[in-house]
Amino acid sequence: METFLSYIPLDIALIAENFDRFLYGVWVTLNLTFLSLLLGGLLAIPMAIARASRHRVLNPMVWSYTYVLRGTPLLVQTYLIYYGLGQFETVRQSWLWDPILSSAWWCALIAFTLNTAAYTTELLRGAIVDTPTGEVEAAIATGHSYRSRMRRIILPSAFRRAIPAYSNEVIFMLHGSVVASTITLQDILGVGRWLNGRYYLAYEGFITAALLYFLIVFAITRVFRWIERRYLRHLTRRETTKDAPATPEPT
Amino acid sequence: MDLILEYKAQLVAGTLMTIQLALVSLAIALVFGLLGAWAKLSANRAAQRLAGAYTTVVRGVPDLVLILLVFFGGQVTINWIGYATGLWDYVEISKFVAGAATIGVIFGAYFTETFRGAIMAIPRGQIEAGISCGMPRQLIFRHIIWPQMVRYALPGFTNNWLVQLKTTALVSVIGLQDLVYNAFTAGRSTGQLFTFMAAAFVIYLVLTAISDLVLRALDRRYSRGVVRA
Repeated sequence: METFLSYIPLDIALIAENFDRFLYGVWVTLNLTFLSLLLGGLLAIPMAIARASRHRVLNPMVWSYTYVLRGTPLLVQTYLIYYGLGQFETVRQSWLWDPILSSAWWCALIAFTLNTAAYTTELLRGAIVDTPTGEVEAAIATGHSYRSRMRRIILPSAFRRAIPAYSNEVIFMLHGSVVASTITLQDILGVGRWLNGRYYLAYEGFITAALLYFLIVFAITRVFRWIERRYLRHLTRRETTKDAPATPEPT
Repeated sequence: MDLILEYKAQLVAGTLMTIQLALVSLAIALVFGLLGAWAKLSANRAAQRLAGAYTTVVRGVPDLVLILLVFFGGQVTINWIGYATGLWDYVEISKFVAGAATIGVIFGAYFTETFRGAIMAIPRGQIEAGISCGMPRQLIFRHIIWPQMVRYALPGFTNNWLVQLKTTALVSVIGLQDLVYNAFTAGRSTGQLFTFMAAAFVIYLVLTAISDLVLRALDRRYSRGVVRA
């Protein structure tokens, strides 16, 4: 092991020495990513329902929201909130300034939440619109109101249908969370940049960060594969008769 | 508003830099995407594995991490090779080259999947028909695969391009004077960061909106022969 390590042109000892910082970075990254996914997801549900409806005010309103947030870089959105809001005297004087809007962590959380809400709204809208017409008609025929139709028939199956697309959104949000390191936060990349800056290194911090992100993405895809297998079971192909030729599981 | 006009030149220069960076990295991404799709669909096991590893690694690591790694790490590596072989003296990687190359290679992985899906969507019988007519491979590609591939790949292309255009904003972190960088420095020196970041925000929105309109028109053109349900 000793001799093997000496062939790697990286200062492994230094990485090991600072590994607890990296672990803290992992915590910051996961915390920001999943908290914003949770809050953004909660915001997205009513917005997706509005987008799937033909409401003449709500639908275009939500559409413009998602269009604007999906049409601009997350970096610019984050800068606008973190660096931008301080320009206004009224914001700096308000009660929101001290605990929330002057803190990089809160600004990142707000920006990420608004961003993921926009993307989640659109993918959830797609899933709602894709509900088989027959199911909706059956619900109407059995006397479901719009509300109970949405709650009992449409949303449960729409959530399931949105799972594959949502797993992409989760990974994109994790990737997007590196923006936090540009507003001074010590997320995984933040720690990597700190390490490189402090010891004047070119690789160590970034390579460690890359590996950690890669591991997290790997874990997320594994979890989603399990979720899909469990909740989308009714959509997988299966053999109908014993003698039918075995078909490979669709992946 | 007057302030923005005062710094108009900077914002315009930044916008042009962003567009340039996006287009150059798009060209790189298209080449990598075609190569990747070709490797993934080839019968060669090694090529398949290589392309598989490429797309998995790139999609597992955030863009900014790779940009920083290439810009700072690549600098050291190139100079180390130059020093060890004695072939070249100290060189400095340009921020533009580092950014365009990294973003190009990253999005090449996404285009690999787009192109692979598009090629697979072409009915196999059509390619077989081409072979049985005695068409050489390039002819099959030019007359059968390419025109249909464009149509199948356009929705994915549109999506990738929009994400790629927005990703170029990250290059401001290594100090390339793109739209974000110029807007930020202007905002900082005037103490009006909100005004200038909002300007950058609007410019990005206009760029993505124009791309969206153009690509949608192109999509209509290429799907002319298709009956839509």
